[in-house]
Amino acid sequence: MSELLKVPTMAEYTAQGKQPEVLFWVGCSGSFDDRAKKITKAFVKLLNKAKVEFAVLGTEESCTGDPAKRAGNEFLFQMQAVTNIEVLNAYQVKKIVTACPHCFNTIKNEYPELGGNYEVMHHTQFLKTLLDEGRLTIEGGKYKGKRITFHDPCYLGRANNVYEAPRDLIRKLEAELVEMKNCKRNGLCCGAGGAQMFKDAEKGDKEVNIERTEQALDVKPQIVAAGCPFCNTMMTDGVKAKEKESDVQVMDIAELIANAQDL
Amino acid sequence: MAIIPNIIFAILLALGVGFFAKNVKKLLRNIKLGKDVDVSDNTSQRWKNMAMIALGQSKLVRRPISGFLHVVVYVGFIIINIEVLEIIIDGLFGTHRIGLNVLPSAVYGFLIGTFEVLAVLVFIAVVVFWLRRNTLKIARFWKSEMTVWPKNDGNYILYFEMVLMALFLIMNATDVHFQELNSGNIISQYIAPAFSSLSVSTLHLIERGAWWLHIAGILVFLNYLYYSKHLHILLAFPNTYYGSVKPQGEFNNLAAVTKEVKMMMDPNVDPFAAAPEGSEDDVPEKFGASDVQDLNWVQLLNAYTCTECGRCTSECPANQTGKKLSPRKIMMDTRDRLEEVGKNIDANKGVFTDDGKQLLGDYITNEELWACTSCNACVEACPVSIDPLSIILDMRRYLVMEQSAAPVELNNMMSNIENNGAPWPYNQMDRLNWKDE
Ligand code: SF4
Ligand code: SF4
Repeated sequence: MSELLKVPTMAEYTAQGKQPEVLFWVGCSGSFDDRAKKITKAFVKLLNKAKVEFAVLGTEESCTGDPAKRAGNEFLFQMQAVTNIEVLNAYQVKKIVTACPHCFNTIKNEYPELGGNYEVMHHTQFLKTLLDEGRLTIEGGKYKGKRITFHDPCYLGRANNVYEAPRDLIRKLEAELVEMKNCKRNGLCCGAGGAQMFKDAEKGDKEVNIERTEQALDVKPQIVAAGCPFCNTMMTDGVKAKEKESDVQVMDIAELIANAQDL
Repeated sequence: MAIIPNIIFAILLALGVGFFAKNVKKLLRNIKLGKDVDVSDNTSQRWKNMAMIALGQSKLVRRPISGFLHVVVYVGFIIINIEVLEIIIDGLFGTHRIGLNVLPSAVYGFLIGTFEVLAVLVFIAVVVFWLRRNTLKIARFWKSEMTVWPKNDGNYILYFEMVLMALFLIMNATDVHFQELNSGNIISQYIAPAFSSLSVSTLHLIERGAWWLHIAGILVFLNYLYYSKHLHILLAFPNTYYGSVKPQGEFNNLAAVTKEVKMMMDPNVDPFAAAPEGSEDDVPEKFGASDVQDLNWVQLLNAYTCTECGRCTSECPANQTGKKLSPRKIMMDTRDRLEEVGKNIDANKGVFTDDGKQLLGDYITNEELWACTSCNACVEACPVSIDPLSIILDMRRYLVMEQSAAPVELNNMMSNIENNGAPWPYNQMDRLNWKDE
C-alpha cells in the first residue's frame, strides 16, 4: 500500500518552482511513533484522495519545542522555534495542517511572536473544510451505527476552543456519537500533556489515563476516537490496562474516515 | 449634647474607612512587588470579561446549585448595601430615615420592601451554604490545604452575613414609626409581633442597638476582607479585567530568552560585544520564578483574589488521581508567601530583608510542580479568571533553567530534542522513513 502514498517534500516543490496548497506538519510522534505513523498515513491517504497539493518538510522538520517549553526549558523551545521558523519562512509557507494538537497549538499561538505567522489548522478542521468544499466525501461504511465517544485533546479543546470539527466528522460517519461525563471544555486530560508523556507520574493513587479510560468505558463505546497521537497512546494503554482491547478500539478520526472508505 | 452620637458615628466611620484604606495601600504595594506585564491590549474584550465573569458571574453558574446560591447572596448583599447610604447620612446628620424625607413614601416603601425580601433570601442562602460546607462533606472543602484558618474563614463570613441580615430585619421590626407607616415592612411586620409586649422606649433601644450594630458590623466586615479569602468581593473585578485574553494554550514567550536566542542565531551579532552602558544587560536576568517577586503583578493579584473555592482543584487530573498538586494550594501558597514578604518589608522599614525562605521549596514543592499536565482545567474552572498554571510554569522554568533540576527522564527528552530534533533518540534524517514503511 505504501507505493500508493504520494508524499512530496517542500524541497521538491520548490525545485519545480511550485508552491503547495498546504504544508503538512507531521510532528515527532507522527514521524517516529509506530502507532502515530498509522495516523499520519491515514491522513495522507485522505489528502491524496482529495487531490490536495500538500508537502512535508521531511528531514527539515524538527520538534516544535512544545514538550521542552512545557517542561520549563524556554531556551530549548525558542531555539527549536526560531530554527523551524527560518525553514518555514524560507519556503514561504502560508498554511499548515497538522494531526498533533501540541504542534498545532505551538505553531499557531507561540510562533507568531517569534516571527512565524501562518494559518494553522488541526487535521480535523482541515478535513471538515475539504468536506464542506465537496473535495472529500465521507461515508459511514463499517462505522455506520457504531457507538463512538470522542476524547477532547486539551490542546485542541480547552486550549484553542475547537470542539465541533472532530464531532462533525464523526457524525458524518453515521455513527452514534456518545459524550463522556467530562467533555468539551470540561474534558479530562489523558495524562500526557505538559511533558508528562516523557516521565513517570508523581506518586498518587491512580494514573490519569486510567481515570480517563474509565470515563470513556462508562459510556460503553465500541470506539474511542482521538485527535492527538499522545492521547491515542494514553487511551490505548488505558484500554489495555482495563483488558478491554478486544471490545474497544482507540482510533484517530483520520483513521476512521480512511478506513470507512477502505483506503 | 444631641450631637454626641453624630460625633461618635463620624469617628467610627473614619476609623473603619481609614483602616481599610491603609490595608488597601498595603495590598497595592504587595501586588506591585510583582514584575511588570503589559495588559494594555484588547481593552474591549477585557471590559466584556469583567462584565460577564465578575458582574454577570457567568462562570459561577456553571455549577448550578452553588452558582445560584452565590448569585442570591451577591445580588442581595450589593442591593441591601444601598441602605448603608441612608444609615451613613442619618448617622452623620442625626436624621432618621432620611429616605422618607426625600422620596415619596411609596418609593421608599418599595425600596425597603425589596431589601427585606432580599435579606431573607440571603439569610436562607447563607444557611444552605453553611450546611453544604459543614455537613455535606463536599470534597473540595475538605482537601489538605483547607487547614483550620481557611475552614474557619469560610464559616465566619457566613455567620457575619446571617447576623447582618438579622440586624437589618430587627431594626425595621422595632422601628415603631416605620411599622405604623405600613409600607415596605413586607417581612418585618411578621417579626414585629415578637416585640409587641415591650414598651416603646425599650423598642427604641433595641432599634437603636440594631442600627448601631448593623453599621459597626459593616465596617468590621469591610476590614475583615483584607485578612480573608473574601477579598474576592472587590478584587474579582480587576482580576477578571486583567485576566488572560489569549487562547488558554498560548504560554508566554520569555522576552529575555528571545533576546539571547536571537543573538546566538544571528551571525552578524558579535557575542562578545559589551552591552551598551546602562542597558538591562547589566543585571543578569533570572529565568523563571522561585519567589513571589519573580512573578508578575497579575499573578500576585490572582493570589489575593482566590476565593479558595477549590473548583480548580476538583477539576485537576493530577489531584483527582491522588497527586500532591492542587492548583488552589498553589494560589494560597503564593498569597501566604506574599503576605509574609509584605510583613517582612513592614518590619524592616520598607526594604525586604532576606528571611532565608522562598515560595519554591518552603511553600510549593518540586513534586507538586512536576505533576502538572498543563491541561488548563484549573484555568477553565476558576470563576474569577485565575491562572494557577502560569505560576506552575514559571516555577518549572526556574527549576530547569536556573537549577537544571528537571526529573532525569525529562532531561533525556530535552537532550534528544537538542541533539536530534525529537523527544526520542531517533535521527532527524529518518523523519520521513514512515512513507516507505
Ligand atoms: S493545568 Fe496542571 S494544575 Fe491545572 S488542572 Fe491541569 S494538571 Fe492541574
Ligand atoms: S484559583 Fe479560582 S477556582 Fe481555584 S480556588 Fe481560587 S478562586 Fe477557586
